Amino acid sequence: MNKPEYKTDLPVMLPPKAGVNGSFDFNLKPWHGLFLLGICVLTSTAAYTQADPVKAPPFEVLLRWMPLLLKGFMFNLIISVSAMGIGTLVGAALGLGQISLHPWLRKVSWFVTQFFRNSPWLVLLFFAMFLLPFELKIGGYTIPLPDWLKAIIGLSLPVMANVSEIVRGAIASLPSGQWEAAESLAFTRTQVLWRIILPQCVKRMLPPWMNLYSILTMATVLASIVGVSEVMTLTGQALSAEDGRTDLLLPFYSFILFLFFIYCYPIARWTVYLEQKFAVKT
Amino acid sequence: MTWSEDQPMVSIKNLHKSFGELEVIKGVSLDVMKGEVICIIGPSGSGKSTIIRCVNALNDIQEGSIMVEGQEVNDPDLDKRELRKKVGMVFQQYNLFPHKTALENIMMAPLLVLKQDKESVEKLARQLVKKVRLEGKEDSYPGELSGGQQQRVAIARSLAMSPDVMLFDEVTAALDPETVNEVLLTIKELAEDGMTCILVTHEMGFAREVADHIYFTDKGVIVEHGSPATFFDDAKDPRTKEFLSQIL
Repeated sequence: MNKPEYKTDLPVMLPPKAGVNGSFDFNLKPWHGLFLLGICVLTSTAAYTQADPVKAPPFEVLLRWMPLLLKGFMFNLIISVSAMGIGTLVGAALGLGQISLHPWLRKVSWFVTQFFRNSPWLVLLFFAMFLLPFELKIGGYTIPLPDWLKAIIGLSLPVMANVSEIVRGAIASLPSGQWEAAESLAFTRTQVLWRIILPQCVKRMLPPWMNLYSILTMATVLASIVGVSEVMTLTGQALSAEDGRTDLLLPFYSFILFLFFIYCYPIARWTVYLEQKFAVKT
Repeated sequence: MTWSEDQPMVSIKNLHKSFGELEVIKGVSLDVMKGEVICIIGPSGSGKSTIIRCVNALNDIQEGSIMVEGQEVNDPDLDKRELRKKVGMVFQQYNLFPHKTALENIMMAPLLVLKQDKESVEKLARQLVKKVRLEGKEDSYPGELSGGQQQRVAIARSLAMSPDVMLFDEVTAALDPETVNEVLLTIKELAEDGMTCILVTHEMGFAREVADHIYFTDKGVIVEHGSPATFFDDAKDPRTKEFLSQIL
């Protein structure tokens, strides 16, 4: 490779180095997730050579359990989408509350946001699990609150608080000139917010919001600790059903890693893409 | 509330404005009659912009009075929106709404604030686009326009509310030198049409050409004022003389 000659020794004028430490520049691509699948397959077969020939080969065991595990993973996705939906709706309202002109509404919104944003997710999940009743009696109706519903509520609390901050931050990041111009055109505050400020904020909010979703999806496995039958719980049950064979641990868990990777990593890539796209235009 | 056209349209009396401990306006008085164009000039930090931002209540004031068409701005019960329907403002940084096209920027306020019907608003908006010489740019987004073009859209956007007074806050200060003139020409035409204008500007030649009256501010007070001819050629105050000698 021919290096072009630069007639300067000013560091700022030199072309940027590839990668952080010089020449090595590695970009993670979605298909790299196949490595995890590779580990899964490799360990299934390699482990088999050492295993008792009477027992079924690990890969066969994995295949047998796969429909159940996939169903469990779907459940994780349902939890993540529901918690994101609830968290976004309530969080957006809370974020708007944080910029309210009403001082008490502003203070309460701020406090709720800070409280849930600075609490560990697992603690909030336990909080929801053990503080919510197993059923609600409203009038003559009894609404059952199954564990998975409580898990959704528990996980939507930190999402809510983070969305609240995303909304508040996006609104605060707009130049004050937008408010002034709109106000001097006699728009009402509600009109300014909904017609002028928020439409511009959507772009700014989308990347951090997607990032949050990705983190939430990975956090759904926390629900296994409180006994919701999502993918981790089911894996544990499958493994004990197979008499705790240690040669099954690696294939099973790397398969789950693979599932999460192929789901979350494209979201992360897309987020980066959107961030770059929106960064150019101001 | 009995205001008639022979009284000042904007009347500022003994205006005081502080930001916290810092007093930036220390007793300013000025009158603007209907159809008059006045220019406020002075060194940076002399409170020029603050004065006109007080006129449409973007800044609150501590003491004194501002009357716009007989309506006291320094009144806690003032409906700011009613005031702002009468007072248009153009900013140094244009502040167009970037998610709307030029035409939509102009049409938004008449549609949503004045609740006029879409057809007549669009007709008006197209006339205004023509007035500021931006035919063909109706569907461009602010990001696709030059600074001078954006500023002319901002002027048209403000005019769409048919204000009685226009405030211009250093509207050419952020522009490239070659686009300054197109904006100044637009303002000049407005002034010739009889629009009441209050301008804060650093363009001395322009001020001399369009202004009926010039006010020179320094350190929060009006040092000197007069017609352009007497102001530029026959300044009395040493501070004015020093400022003019640096600028001209």
